[in-house]
Formats: sequence, structure tokens, C-alpha cells
Amino acid sequence: MIEHFSLDGKRIPFQPGQTIMDAAMQAGEYIPHLCHNPEFRPRGSCRLCVVRANGRSVAACTSPAREGLEVESDTPDIQADRRSLLQMLFVEGNHLCPACEKSGNCQLQAVAYYCGMLAPDFTHLYPVRELDGSHPDFVLDFNRCILCELCVRASRDADAKGVFGISGRGIGAHLIVNAPSGKLGDTDFDPHDRAAQVCPVGAILPKHKGYDVPIGRRIYDRKPVSLVGDVADHQEDMS
Amino acid sequence: MADTSKGIDELETAQDTARLKRVAIEPLTRVEGHGKVTLLLDEDNRVQQARLHIVEFRGFEKFIQGRPYWELPVTVQRLCGICPVSHHLGAAKAVDQIVGVDALTPTAEKVRRLMHLGQTLQSHALHFFHLSSPDLLFGYDDAVAHRNIVGVLADHPDIAKQGVLLRKFGQEVIRITAGKRIHGTAAVPGGVNKAVSPQERDELLPQADQIIEWAQGALELAKRILFEDLESARSFAAIDTNMLSLVRADGALDLYHGGLRALDPAGQPIFDHVDYRQYGDYIHEQVKPWSYMKFPFIRSLGPDAGAYRVGPLARVNTCDLIDTPLAENARQEFRAFADNGLVQSTLAYHWARMIELLHCAEGIKILLDDPEIMGHELRVSGQMRDHGIGVIEAPRGTLFHHYEVDEDGLVTRANLIVSTTNNNRAMNRSIRRVAVDHFDGREVTEPLLNRIEIAIRAYDPCLSCATHALGKMPLEVELLDAEGQRVSRLYKNSKGEVGLPDREPTPRGCYIGD
Ligand code: SF4
Repeated sequence: MIEHFSLDGKRIPFQPGQTIMDAAMQAGEYIPHLCHNPEFRPRGSCRLCVVRANGRSVAACTSPAREGLEVESDTPDIQADRRSLLQMLFVEGNHLCPACEKSGNCQLQAVAYYCGMLAPDFTHLYPVRELDGSHPDFVLDFNRCILCELCVRASRDADAKGVFGISGRGIGAHLIVNAPSGKLGDTDFDPHDRAAQVCPVGAILPKHKGYDVPIGRRIYDRKPVSLVGDVADHQEDMS
Repeated sequence: MADTSKGIDELETAQDTARLKRVAIEPLTRVEGHGKVTLLLDEDNRVQQARLHIVEFRGFEKFIQGRPYWELPVTVQRLCGICPVSHHLGAAKAVDQIVGVDALTPTAEKVRRLMHLGQTLQSHALHFFHLSSPDLLFGYDDAVAHRNIVGVLADHPDIAKQGVLLRKFGQEVIRITAGKRIHGTAAVPGGVNKAVSPQERDELLPQADQIIEWAQGALELAKRILFEDLESARSFAAIDTNMLSLVRADGALDLYHGGLRALDPAGQPIFDHVDYRQYGDYIHEQVKPWSYMKFPFIRSLGPDAGAYRVGPLARVNTCDLIDTPLAENARQEFRAFADNGLVQSTLAYHWARMIELLHCAEGIKILLDDPEIMGHELRVSGQMRDHGIGVIEAPRGTLFHHYEVDEDGLVTRANLIVSTTNNNRAMNRSIRRVAVDHFDGREVTEPLLNRIEIAIRAYDPCLSCATHALGKMPLEVELLDAEGQRVSRLYKNSKGEVGLPDREPTPRGCYIGD
């Protein structure tokens, strides 16, 4: 017998072992998220997918679905929390969308639109972070990294290379490259790696391409993220 | 030729500032950006020092250090909200060289040229109709509350409406070529990422004749105003300077590409058809302790004699012809005005600007009619180089973008000389001319201060570009006595209302909430 839970009043079927997020995605229902990608083990770190399940706040990507669970996601207070989380992501890095080549192909930006985030209320931290252009085909712009760990997981689990890692804790946490020099050019990172295709923001970018696809013809230019889905599913549309 | 420099150059720095009172015009109104003028007056209200200052500096060159070269054409548009397309194209031309491309496909070049003409049309229309026509139509002494675009709308609704529609057409040309009305992304290294579609072309082409007609009307209006009071128009803020612009290989006006030509005040060449990638051999920049904005000069002549003007006045003077017939007729009339010498009157900037407006309108029609703008060959590539220099004639004058990149493709050094910076010394000299001619010994009044602004406005300076900062602010005038004590204060808000400010300015001189 197929079991069900409810998501904002809709009946969502699920198989045993599925998370709330898995089942929602399968049913075509959107729960905002940034660090989740069904290909990889969930991390639950971005907290955007936090929903209320039978009154308790849980991350949809890590919480198992259960029969009869009443899940709320699209409510004014949960959306407000998401906007705050998004604002924090924006002020922690240097996100100047109008001058960012990922604009329109960026999941952070798309989710921010979806959740109705306007200009951040928090003080910008304006961290000073240098780019790593040492790789012949890719550039790393740490200014825009949101520590979703998708590249870390993809490189470790899909590519079996372990090119990326996270170092430091709390506000000091940052993306690192596993090479003695710390430079991407000194790793075996390759354009065909899955890790080269999963970054939801403009942190891992192919070189020399920038604006080859005009603004206006990008994946989130016409339809919202709730219909388009994740950046990682649209690599062919981005180059 | 009358010596227009008499008595003005010593006003750059007063001999003894101790007993002088200070008048600040800050910020300037109806110019783009944020700047101020300070005057030092002696006890008899005679001007002893006059300077145009740029108040802020954002250090864009520093900001783009370490950034990838391919994003430059888009990021540099953030320099300025007024002529982003010029920066987009100036940087794109530099970046073409970085990717080893010296010649674009015909489609790419024509789409970029069309975009640039659209930009210049809308910028010139904005300046003439919105920023300058109030002074020109109503005179310097018109009531402040009336001397603005709202006043123009009330008294001359047709003129105001044409201004709006000309500008809108320019913006539409930008939209179909750049992909967006503002901050487009079409110019990419080695070409463009989109051509014009037949539908886009069909939307605009039917309007082109009307636009040309209105541009002719605007030119007639600019001329009529200038000739109404010819004597004061000739002498107002007049200075004799060298002039610099790009010209096409055959000497024609070319806003997108060409060699550098500089003429001396007598119209004789200082240099001609110089490959702009050699600009560093011909133009240097002087730094002065009292100004954030640098002072470029022609190297062979030195910092003082080497000052020059750029922009419409310079371009219509330096070129040998204009390749569109109506604008060419107008150019000939313009040059005849100075017996084929250089037209040096500062207010003739408006006239020259409208000749260019007409040229843009004609040029847009020609390009819209050209099937190559709808072509499919959009990009070429070449061997990467470690630097690139792009120069373009922006609406306000010659614009230099110069970048060096490392082997990773990241910018290591950038140098920008924006149009307004090129005119820095000339604007300073023009306000000193006004100070000498109009201020001496008279009580400082608002119309008198406005004369200073009119002189600056003729250049259509973009202070936001020049200082790499954005913002439009109200005007605050302070009169300080010799001890630096405030004698009086006058305040004009962004609606043009004058009064005593009832709030203290914020540290940056702006009033929160205005
Ligand atoms: S990475 Fe995304 S959110 Fe960040 S600046 Fe670029 S477009 Fe904006």
C-alpha cells in the first residue's frame, strides 16, 4: 500500500525510506533548497528547506516521510525565515548580481526571487577573497561560495577525486582546494567532472564563457525555480 | 582671435587664502553625479580662486583587479548609470584585443555600432531636453522653481514631448541590440552574443524618419537659442583649447572607432590618425593635490598648454566630414560660423551635440535598413594576449579603457580615462572665465551661481563616471567669512525649491529623505 503525507494540504505519496524532500520532488512539488541534490547524500546545511512537520521544524531533505505527517512549507512565517536565511547568505559573501555572469543561471538568485527576498536588512560583511584562476578551464570565485558542499560531495562521491573540502568553522568556514598549493590548477579537476557542473551559484565558473548566453535567455529568466528546478539539471542550457 | 585665457589661470590657486571667504556650490544640479565648485572671495567679493572638485572616488580600477577579463564589458557598466553602453563597448573593444581579435564580423560590428548610436541619441536627447533646455529656453535669471524640465513641459509641451520620445527611441535601439534597455550583455569578447531579429528591426525602422525630423527640429532650436544672444553666447565661459577625438581613416566623424586626432586652437594638427593603442605616448595624466580627478594633457605640449577638450564640440570641430547628409550640412554651417577655424564657444557644445543627435538619427536608420545586423556570424576568436586597449567616442567624449591580464585571464592592472576627466581642465578654466566675467564685486545670488553651473553643464559632465560614484543630490551653498565662520547658507532641493535648510547635512552632504 502506498503511504501518504500532506504538504500544504496536498496529498503526497511516498515509498518507505524517502525523505519529505524526495517525495515532494517526485510529486513535482517544490520546497526551496540550495544544498540539496538527490544524487548526493543530503547535508541539511543550508536550512532553506526547513518545513513544519506536525508542528516541529525539520529539514525536509533529511527528515523521513511518515504516514499521516502534516507538513507546512509555503506559509508566511516559514517564507519569512527563508528570506532571512537568504539575506544572510547574500551579506556573508560578495553578491553583486547585476555584475555577475551567473545571473539568470543562479539558483541562489532564483530562490531569493521565489521567496520574495528584497535588499538585505543585515550589514554586508564584504569579505576580501581572491579568485583562483590557476586552472586552464575553470575559475573559482570564492566571493560567491555559499558552502553548500555540492562540489565537495560531487568530487568525492561521483568523481572519486576529493578536489574540494571545507575548512574552518562557523563564520570562518570556507571552501578549500585539496592541493599543497591550494590551487585548482594543481589538482586533476576536469571540465567533465560532476563537480564542475553542480555549483548552484557563480563560484565555480568555466573560463572565457561569461556572457555567451545573453541575459534574457537564461534558465531562470522566464520561469521561476519552482518550475525550472536546480542548476545541476540544466548544464546543457548554460553553455 | 581674442585671448580668452587672460586673467583666469591665476584663479586656480589664490595667493593668500587666509582672509578670503569661501562659497561652495555643492552638489551641482542637473549634471550627472556629484561634484562641487568652491570660490574664494575677498572682502570686495572679487573672486580669488575658483575650482571644480569631484567629491567622491570609488576606485573602480582597484575593484576590477583580480577579476576575470571576460566579465569586464558587463561589470564596468556599473561605473556609471548614465552611459553604461559606452563603457560596455569601450571595455568590449579592449577585451577583443585580449582574445586576439582585431576585426569583428560585419554583423558584430554593425550591431555594436547601432547600439552605440542608440546610446548617443538617448544621452544627447536627455542632456539637451532635460538638463539644459531650462536654462537655454528661460535664461539664466529665470526663477529656480520654473527653470527645470517641469517648466519646459508647462511652457513648451511639444519640445518636452519630443525630447522624451527621442530618448525612448534611443533606449529601444539599445534594447534590441544590447538585449536589455540598461546594462545589456550583448558585446562579448570577439563579437556579440545576439544579432537583431527581423521583428525587432520592424518595430523600429518605421519610426526612423520621424526621429530624424525631430532631431532636425532640436538642432534648429539649439541654433536659434545660441543665435538669439550671439554676443553673450560667444563669450560666455569661452576659452581657447586644443581639441581631441577619434576620426575615421578618411577624416570622417566616427563615434565607434578610429585614430586619435588632436588639433591646436588654430586648427592645426598636433597629431593625427594615431593608433589609440599608443595613447600612452601621446597623453599623460597630471595629479593635483586638491582634486581626486586627474588632469590629462597632450604630452608633447606639457600639462598647461596640453590641456584639451573632448566631446561633441571637439568632434564636430576635428572631423573633416560627417557621412550622413543632413548632419554634414549642419557641420559645414557650424564650421563656417568660425570661418572654418575651430568653434571655441563653450555654449556651442549644445549646437554640436544636436548635430551629432541628427547624425545618430540618420545613422540608426541606415543601419536598421542593413540586413547584416540580422546576420549569423557573431564572433571570432584569436590568440590570447596579455593586454587590451579600447577607445570609443562616448556621448561626452573620448573614453579610454586599458587592461592588463595575467596568464590565468585575471586583470592585473586597469586604467580608465573617462570623457569627463578629459575635460577636467577645460571645465575648470570655463568656470574661472565665468567667475572673472560675472562675479567680480557683485553680491552672490542664485542666478549668478547658476551661471557657473551652466558653464559646467555645457560640457554635459558625468561626474558619476569621472569619480566612479553614483548619485544625484540637491544643492547647498555656504558662504563662509575669512575666519571660516558660516555667514549664510542657501539650500536648493531636488525639486528646485530654495530655502534655508532646516536639517544638518549628513556627512556626505546629502539630506536623508530628499
Ligand atoms: S552567485 Fe548568484 S546570487 Fe551570487 S552574485 Fe552571482 S547571481 Fe547573484
